[in-house]
Amino acid sequence: MSDTVIEVRDLRTHFFTRAGVLPAVDGVSFSVRRGEVLGIVGESGSGKSVTGLSILGLVDAPGRIVGGEIMFRGRNLTELTSHELRAVRGHQIAMIFQDPMMTLNPVLRVSTQMIEAVRAHEKVSKAEARQRARDALGRVGIPSPDERLDAYPHEFSGGMRQRVAIAIALLHSPDLIIADEPTTALDVTIQAQILAEVQKLATETGMALIWITHDLAVVSSLADRIAVMYAGRIVEDGPAPQVLSAPLHPYTVGLIGSVPSRNRRGAELAQIPGMTPSLLDLPEGCAFRPRCPRALDQCRQPQPMRLLKPRQEARCCNPHLEPLEVTG
Amino acid sequence: MSQPILSLQGLTKRFEKKLDFAEKIAARLGSSVHAWQVHAVDGVDLDIAQGEVVGLVGESGSGKSTIGRMIAGLLQPSEGRILYRDRDITELRRAASRKAALKIQMIFQDPMSSLNPRMRVKDIIGEAPAVHGIVPRSKLRPYVDEMMQRVGLDPSVRDRYPHQFSGGQRQRIGIARALAVQPDFLICDESVAALDVSIQAQVLNLFMRLRKEFGLTYLFISHDLGVVEHLSDRVVILYLGRVVEVAPTEALFSGANHPYTQALLDEVPRISPEKRQFHPIRGEIPSPMNPPPGCHFHTRCPKVFDRCRVERPALRPIAPGRLSACHLNDVQTASGSRPTTTTIPRESIYSRRG
Repeated sequence: MSDTVIEVRDLRTHFFTRAGVLPAVDGVSFSVRRGEVLGIVGESGSGKSVTGLSILGLVDAPGRIVGGEIMFRGRNLTELTSHELRAVRGHQIAMIFQDPMMTLNPVLRVSTQMIEAVRAHEKVSKAEARQRARDALGRVGIPSPDERLDAYPHEFSGGMRQRVAIAIALLHSPDLIIADEPTTALDVTIQAQILAEVQKLATETGMALIWITHDLAVVSSLADRIAVMYAGRIVEDGPAPQVLSAPLHPYTVGLIGSVPSRNRRGAELAQIPGMTPSLLDLPEGCAFRPRCPRALDQCRQPQPMRLLKPRQEARCCNPHLEPLEVTG
Repeated sequence: MSQPILSLQGLTKRFEKKLDFAEKIAARLGSSVHAWQVHAVDGVDLDIAQGEVVGLVGESGSGKSTIGRMIAGLLQPSEGRILYRDRDITELRRAASRKAALKIQMIFQDPMSSLNPRMRVKDIIGEAPAVHGIVPRSKLRPYVDEMMQRVGLDPSVRDRYPHQFSGGQRQRIGIARALAVQPDFLICDESVAALDVSIQAQVLNLFMRLRKEFGLTYLFISHDLGVVEHLSDRVVILYLGRVVEVAPTEALFSGANHPYTQALLDEVPRISPEKRQFHPIRGEIPSPMNPPPGCHFHTRCPKVFDRCRVERPALRPIAPGRLSACHLNDVQTASGSRPTTTTIPRESIYSRRG
């Protein structure tokens, strides 16, 4: 497709630790089109954050991209030098992290940091950069941006800080924004404000967005497509309404069943037994097999991604094809 | 309601910073240093009946954890009383207060920072019952094993250290430690917030099972309305240290009375196959150091009128078992109309399909 912004093919990022090789991301493929919001959902250790970091070349040792390609604007990002990658990072692809206090330098004024970010990629005067920074703050809904521009990060509340981080990401009107759990640390009312802001920006600017989260409810309100990750692989990928209403992979079914508000009050939650396996000691074949209620003998074989419904794929040989029931 | 097991009466907690000697001199010389006070909890009244699960909901800074810590005896209230089985636990003498404290146990959010990393699991769970003479030391081992089985841990791991467990298992150790002293009141302060969804479901199921088995009473403190809705019989909504609404869970989730509760319920992300538009309330929770006068919520309330800015609304009954602190209830009752309630669409496509 011509309007594909980014295409990730068979990405493998492994961590070489003393205890052994951890396949944190092991054969992940997906693509995002212009104006599309892709939600990557997974529990801790599923590799969702490492996927985001790999795209930007931010994986630190002992981690390394060992295979696959990341095609962005006709270039393979995994082959770029660190210098070339710096020109892409923050300019064409921006990232928003969970904790804005970690992305902002606590001893510099917001204006200093934003002007620096503008001038890192474009030759503009300081005054012009300041104007751009001011406009970006205004766009994310920070009241009286002129005065707030010269404040220090600690003078902002948590929600406002996250807005500043989003404003910095927006400075160069990137083609793609990768957001890693950006609302997890925020209160419900503030989270709703940020989600509303992001929703508006995504439709206005037509940028693509990868939203990484553990919270199915958050992506369900935001994403066009959902990719569910488990133990370093995407186990299900499809349009958000389909994945949520008719999930194919037993893990997705279990994940949706575990959400309290989806269950009748006081009823036993449909829990997934056991816990996520250690990446050092993954079961052969399907990694979900030991916890799966539908496991078969053939699950010991490696499972390829299969197109089981229109535009909806899953890595499962015994997929959930019957309609989903509400417990209780 | 039967005799409450726990009763909070005008419970207030102020955190103060007084001027030290150097600052007093500086202040006298015209410096701008001054003492400050945070009203973390401001006159909270609440009765909890035996066997009840009460959900305490609020955003950060609402004082929900401070209330939990005062009940658990970790903080001294500035004013007000905490009655446990009709006795004020803040005024009890040593032995009696220790006995009451044992019956009220707390389970924390982060099990890694609430479990001693240098102690083995068997010691973490077994220390308190041995010290308090609940079990003779000779019978400690089978007792610890029994506690571990109750929370779904294999007793063969009793010699391990906390770091050798996953987050969900660590939380189970924390629960086993609380249960080991045979409490009848558990305070869960964001006890499942740090867990993954599938593990969270396991721990919530465990809480519900333990409640049935031991007739425990819970105060469940959380910011997650989904979790609270699932587990609680009654929900208490806090805003800036004050209770704004109390209602049975079903009544609250089918029609909230207070504008803050309505906004909160509207904004909870729920799993729905359609994208939705958010209509967030403006602004942020004000600083508890300098709370707005009148109703604390008036700075963000969409239905604010003059009276809200000057007069603090009292928490008043609006229906059997329901309390709300909003001036709108007076206005509407006076004009004969029913208080406003919003209904959240509860149907999902699971019921709509087919």
